Amino acid sequence: MNEKQLEDHFNEKIDKDIRIEPKDWMPENYRKTLIRQISQHAHSEIVGMLPEANWISRAPTLRRKAAALAKVQDEAGHGLYLYSACETLGIDRDTLLDQLHTGKAKYSSIFNYPTLTWADMGAIGWLVDGAAIMNQVPLCRASYGPYARAMIRVCKEESFHQRQGFEIMLTLCRGSKEQKKMAQDALNRWWWPALMMFGPTDADSPHTEQSMRWGIKRFTNDELRQKFVDVSKPQADLLGITIPDPDLKWNEERGRHDFGKINWEEFYNVIKGNGPCNKQRIDARTKAWEDGAWVRAAASAYAEKRKSKQQAA
Amino acid sequence: MNNWPLWEIFIRSKAGLNHKHVGSLHAADAEMAVQNARDVYTRRNEGVSIWVVESKYITASDPDDADPLYEPAKDKVYRHPTFYNLPDEVKHM
Amino acid sequence: MNNHLFNYTLQQADNCLILGQRLGEWCGHGPILEQDIAMTNIALDLIGQSRMLYQYAAEVQGDGKTEDDLAYLRDAWDFKNVLLVEQPNGDFAKTILRQFLFDSFNCYFYEALKDSNDEKLAAIAAKSHKETLYHLKWSADWVLRLGDGTEESHERIQSALNELWPYSAEIIIASDADHDAKTNGYGVNLEEIQSRRDSKIEEVLEEATLTAPEDTFSHSGGKSGTHTEHLGYILADLQFLQRAYPGNEW
Repeated sequence: MNEKQLEDHFNEKIDKDIRIEPKDWMPENYRKTLIRQISQHAHSEIVGMLPEANWISRAPTLRRKAAALAKVQDEAGHGLYLYSACETLGIDRDTLLDQLHTGKAKYSSIFNYPTLTWADMGAIGWLVDGAAIMNQVPLCRASYGPYARAMIRVCKEESFHQRQGFEIMLTLCRGSKEQKKMAQDALNRWWWPALMMFGPTDADSPHTEQSMRWGIKRFTNDELRQKFVDVSKPQADLLGITIPDPDLKWNEERGRHDFGKINWEEFYNVIKGNGPCNKQRIDARTKAWEDGAWVRAAASAYAEKRKSKQQAA
Repeated sequence: MNNWPLWEIFIRSKAGLNHKHVGSLHAADAEMAVQNARDVYTRRNEGVSIWVVESKYITASDPDDADPLYEPAKDKVYRHPTFYNLPDEVKHM
Repeated sequence: MNNHLFNYTLQQADNCLILGQRLGEWCGHGPILEQDIAMTNIALDLIGQSRMLYQYAAEVQGDGKTEDDLAYLRDAWDFKNVLLVEQPNGDFAKTILRQFLFDSFNCYFYEALKDSNDEKLAAIAAKSHKETLYHLKWSADWVLRLGDGTEESHERIQSALNELWPYSAEIIIASDADHDAKTNGYGVNLEEIQSRRDSKIEEVLEEATLTAPEDTFSHSGGKSGTHTEHLGYILADLQFLQRAYPGNEW
């Protein structure tokens, strides 16, 4: 088959919702876009471990400590599943990590915000994981097989994360005056960055159309953001805390909430590297990787020695 | 040689079922691959047995050969029980 | 309340909590994702063990306290963990060696404790023993890999061994609670555990081409509440919220 026929065949499969598998022919741009998207997601998972890992040692009860550890560990697992999916596209994990450490690859800018109080563990679970799930569930039907399968696993595991976050918020909101203040403060700081997680407005996302055509994006940024606002507002009411947006109100006509304007300048500024924790996060990841080099080398050397011993025997 | 090779992981979710491919991971040797698979892929009680095989040893069929490999089986309808008409009186066959 | 039984249970609970807390510090910073996950699994097991033991200790104590009261509202002098587990993580070699020295006790300890005449302790031991079999396999394997890996890894783990060796024996030196536990059949015979543990350590170190220091000096004090400076910092971290906002639900 020539290029044109291959491409037609590929498009036909996409149209029929038949999954693309690693060895199948795919347009170079599809491969590149997938690598970018999946690795960004993987990076987000492992950088996302850091703000929460911050509070593992200070979790206020043993039950919370166990849940926090399990949750942050799950994120490591999710990063791993996604790196594995990415590797099926012909790029290895070390190269991807290198792109993260050198700033060539991006990750979700939300993780460049600091976790300042225990309530942030609640707010992250409730809002950040909530937003992530909204983004991720449609990707369980992504056109690329290994990606879709990784996302199914991720989503299955992710479901406890949001619940544990909301439970933390609920406990705080039903607690002492200081605890409620903590919860409100966390909502104030995380609300807008959570809305930014869905990415630029549709008007400013040039790749959306192509990605939707390829079935590696199922809803637009603005659609998902709207859905998130609609779901979160009654949850905040139930908690008895206020979303920091004076323009947030129900629009009877649209049957949806109207909400205030997002500060996109802040968004682009954080992406550019000027968020409160960008440097700290990348430094931590780089340090872990570099400090681990001798460990990885030792295990390789040991495996090699054992193999030659076995062969000699 | 510092990059640990990639391994494909197969898990039997309960006794009596096949091992099923669940994903991959990196490990320095086979023993570590089994341990890592246990830590990564059975955290929620998903398995009772693990197989690991280094990814480079998997030989896969070529998708370009899909037609000659799989098409010919499609019209062998006589291999399926529904191909044969029996009177209704014959039950349980 | 049976004071010895209470202390005996706490000793082990504190060991598990403090080591779990230390291992948890690795989460997000491990040398490779797969091992990050493995270390967190062990931390989770240890925290789970500490919770069962604290719950039981609270029950023995009998004045309505909870696992969290015991973990979060005692000061350093009430903690009975051995000094080994409060040692800082250091590099991966030091963490592995600390883990191996602990696992090689913990695994045989639970195995013997399964025969406790105290049903609760026996049940906790039965569940925990399975977990520690895996821990011991994991840490012993890593001692081998690092000891017999590269020159650098060998040096690192040998120096971890030199540093931690004086903290390795405390765990098998009997406290009053240990004596009582053995005499009354609810606890283990530490001498038996020592011989199994020593031969395991010897076997693994030899295969790993490592040499234990000859000096047999041993630090002690943990079991009676005299700790290293590290524990105060661990507790400051661990207990911060409960101390800053007393009496709240979390």
